[in-house]
Amino acid sequence: MTSQTMDHQNAHHADDHEHDHHQETIATKYLGFWIYLMSDCVLFGTLFATYVVLMNSTAGGPGGSEIFELGFVLIETFLLLFSSFTYGVAVLAMHRGNKSQVLLWLVITFLLGFGFVSMEIYEFAHLIHEGYGPDRSAFLSSFFTLVGTHGLHVSFGLLWMLVLIFQVARKGLTQANEPRIMCLSLFWHFLDVIWICVFTVVYLLGVLQ
Amino acid sequence: MSDKAGITDAGSSGDHGHEGNLKTYVLGLIFSIVLTIIPFGMVMLGGFGMVPTVIVLAITAVLQVLVQLIMFLHMNTKSGEGWNMASFAFAVMVVGIVIVGSLWIMFHLNHFMMMSS
Repeated sequence: MTSQTMDHQNAHHADDHEHDHHQETIATKYLGFWIYLMSDCVLFGTLFATYVVLMNSTAGGPGGSEIFELGFVLIETFLLLFSSFTYGVAVLAMHRGNKSQVLLWLVITFLLGFGFVSMEIYEFAHLIHEGYGPDRSAFLSSFFTLVGTHGLHVSFGLLWMLVLIFQVARKGLTQANEPRIMCLSLFWHFLDVIWICVFTVVYLLGVLQ
Repeated sequence: MSDKAGITDAGSSGDHGHEGNLKTYVLGLIFSIVLTIIPFGMVMLGGFGMVPTVIVLAITAVLQVLVQLIMFLHMNTKSGEGWNMASFAFAVMVVGIVIVGSLWIMFHLNHFMMMSS
């Protein structure tokens, strides 16, 4: 919106001037989004710290090795890893200006992410059904908070992706849509990085104990 | 029309080596799969001893985070005139203080609580 008004005001200026201004706005947008991601990183850092402090406080309940099914979690991990890759392919298609390819890879990414969230909801429901809900012990409270916060981020990412798929389908790869695709790409890869830490610290170390 | 093409072009070539290509993504995917399978296999097979397994877990996790940051997120020291890296370094520092500090304090607290009881 701002860039459009600016474009009108500077209509008599040279094309490259406008171009520079637009680039600058986009660069600022990416930096702002990156700083949001870094603040999110600190949020997850505090949740990890809480989890690590409380992971042995099982209050007579089950520990990680008794309730985690590593094979199941490995599939979740692969879903997220592959979705990170397919999103990358969507971004490459965007740079080529290929709208149908962008839509195809975004839909594939969405399905992989949806599979991940579905598996996580199943895992949570299963644990709660067994009586190992967040109210069972400090360990389980911190587990549900950490993994649940990540799952919530992925769910919001999926909602964002759905909106983007509709926007790209309707309006194409416009100047407004491209930075959105790039910001979601940062968000999506960032969630993958967080999941690697969850997989290692929560599941692998949990089973090892 | 020419305007749009120009911007798309600048988006991909303006920050060259920054946006990646298919080869980088495929390599990144292969690295991540290998770096997931190694620690998973070690934990599943067991019998490697606690300390060596934890060391391998830590190394593969750090390597995989680096693969993701460099090959998928295209992080480098130049993006955003260095501000991306600066904010990243700051976040890592805060997270480090929070995690190491919490563990340190809580470990000592537990230790002294046990002493008194």
